[in-house]
Amino acid sequence: MPNNKKKKLTPVQQEYQQLAKKREPSRPVFANCLRAFLVGGIICVIGQGIQEMFVHWAGFDEKKASSPTVAVLIILSIVLTSFGIYDKIGQWAGAGSAVPVTGFANSMSSAAIEHRSEGLVYGVGAKMFKIAGPVIVFGTVAAFIIALLHMIFNPDIVGGS
Amino acid sequence: MIFLWAFLLGGLICVIGQICFDVFKMTPAHTMTSLVVLGAVLDGLGLYDPLIKFAGAGASVPITSFGNSLVHGALQELRSDGWIGAITGIFEVTSAGISAAIIFSFLAAVLVRPKG
Amino acid sequence: MLKGHQSWIFEKKPVIRAAATVVGPFEGQGPLSNDFDIVHGDLMAGQDSWEKAERTLMEEAGKLAIENAGLTKEQVNFYIGGDLMNQIISTSFAARTLTIPYIGVFGACSTSMESLALAAMIVNSGSAQFALAGACSHNASAEKQFRYPTEYGSQKPPTAQFTVTGAGACVLSQEGQGLHVTSATIGRIVDMGIKDPFNMGAAMAPAAVDTIEAHFRDMQLEPGYYDLIVTGDLSKIGYAIANDLFNKHKFPIEQTQYQDCGMLIYDYQKQQVQAGASGCACSAVVTYGHLLKRMRKGELRRILVVATGALLSPISYQQGESIPCIAHAVSIEGEVEPK
Repeated sequence: MPNNKKKKLTPVQQEYQQLAKKREPSRPVFANCLRAFLVGGIICVIGQGIQEMFVHWAGFDEKKASSPTVAVLIILSIVLTSFGIYDKIGQWAGAGSAVPVTGFANSMSSAAIEHRSEGLVYGVGAKMFKIAGPVIVFGTVAAFIIALLHMIFNPDIVGGS
Repeated sequence: MIFLWAFLLGGLICVIGQICFDVFKMTPAHTMTSLVVLGAVLDGLGLYDPLIKFAGAGASVPITSFGNSLVHGALQELRSDGWIGAITGIFEVTSAGISAAIIFSFLAAVLVRPKG
Repeated sequence: MLKGHQSWIFEKKPVIRAAATVVGPFEGQGPLSNDFDIVHGDLMAGQDSWEKAERTLMEEAGKLAIENAGLTKEQVNFYIGGDLMNQIISTSFAARTLTIPYIGVFGACSTSMESLALAAMIVNSGSAQFALAGACSHNASAEKQFRYPTEYGSQKPPTAQFTVTGAGACVLSQEGQGLHVTSATIGRIVDMGIKDPFNMGAAMAPAAVDTIEAHFRDMQLEPGYYDLIVTGDLSKIGYAIANDLFNKHKFPIEQTQYQDCGMLIYDYQKQQVQAGASGCACSAVVTYGHLLKRMRKGELRRILVVATGALLSPISYQQGESIPCIAHAVSIEGEVEPK
């Protein structure tokens, strides 16, 4: 929490928070990072393996192979989510299973499955982006701003007629 | 060799995410959003392509690559179609990921129930 | 009758005529599983949504409590209850099924004792012959509403608590033999500025301590009067903090046994529940199942149950508000000497 928020607390609250802090078990940051590293690394290796398969057997070039690779990983992740396995992996692996694109697919499919009971439109359709929505929104806005900056600082790249 | 680099770089990006969770107490949505913006900025500076060349899936599988692809699409169309490309090109490259995620999430929601 | 500043004494001593508890599969694997009346093997309880499952648990607990009391639902004058869902839908929909005149209450996880205190007051005042009090919660419906979809792979920190799936209900009557509800202390909101919804124990501990101290101040008793004081769902961290606060305030908690319902229901070694249990059902099923059984066996004669509630909503949390907390205490005492 930023300091300016701390200032609003009364002395009694501040004293209590210090007391409470002492009893708060610290998160096992190192172990969590190690597990995130392992699982994240393994998912990327699997991704690399799928990509090589597309390159060798389906005749994609390195660049083009990345799209179908991502699609396959997404399908795998959604299958695991459907069987109720991905959330168990997530508790163990933390960011290791959340940061790869499989985590993105998990966030969408888990929300879609969970809110199915509210109907296909307001449930599945609307709630699917509950967690993934911000990622798309901020990614898109950032991409637009970066494109604008390129236009301003490097007008030569703007092509077309 | 590329497998090793994929493992190391992919793992490392996940560690950054884990540090966001545990040290900065960020929510998953805040963490993913930050990583996407980070990926976009790196590509804007021209730094993400070398990473992909070097570590393959280690750079293209983590969510940072989503930001990279959004910028890539925008810049690509900016070059070919002019200023309008900054809008039309954004989803050019990421279509596979987003479409697959939407379609299969929808199918999953129709077919299965949450397990709890 | 008002006693002191915020406590009621029930001089007519409403009798706990019967109680019933229904829990989910995960609670059924815990150490208290033999104390519950119905253990569901299916988290969905045969329904097609978490919300319906939660409602089903409450309906079953209510019906069973009335049945155990040897009554029909027409004889019960009022049903007082609540849960964690928005607009307390689980309890209201269960009340639709039970067709008993209904008072819905919300006190987050403190609802279990809030409803019992109010039911005792209504019965004590002669406004009802029989009253049903109950509370329920469901792990998956709570996760869905307050946190993330159940299938979402988020990592819970060690301070997080596991919402109990279950429902507990009890029938109070004006006359009869058995356990009595003798007094209650209504808590005030205590907010120590804690904002982390994954550390509710720490947020709620001061409220529990505040209410416990108020209870003994109002009743002019010492903690040693009770064989057991239990808090609702502080779990490991909140329990440790509550002990610290008692020490700091020089409150003689050591005169009695002090436990927490959130630490009793699960097996920390075998079940992955981080800090422990939470939810309306946590204090409800532990009290109505486990503790009343121990009292009937004569292991305990007087207990004070202090249910704790964190009154936050997903919106208040996202708007950066801290977590207001509350605790309500109800004392239950064994057989009084025949008059």
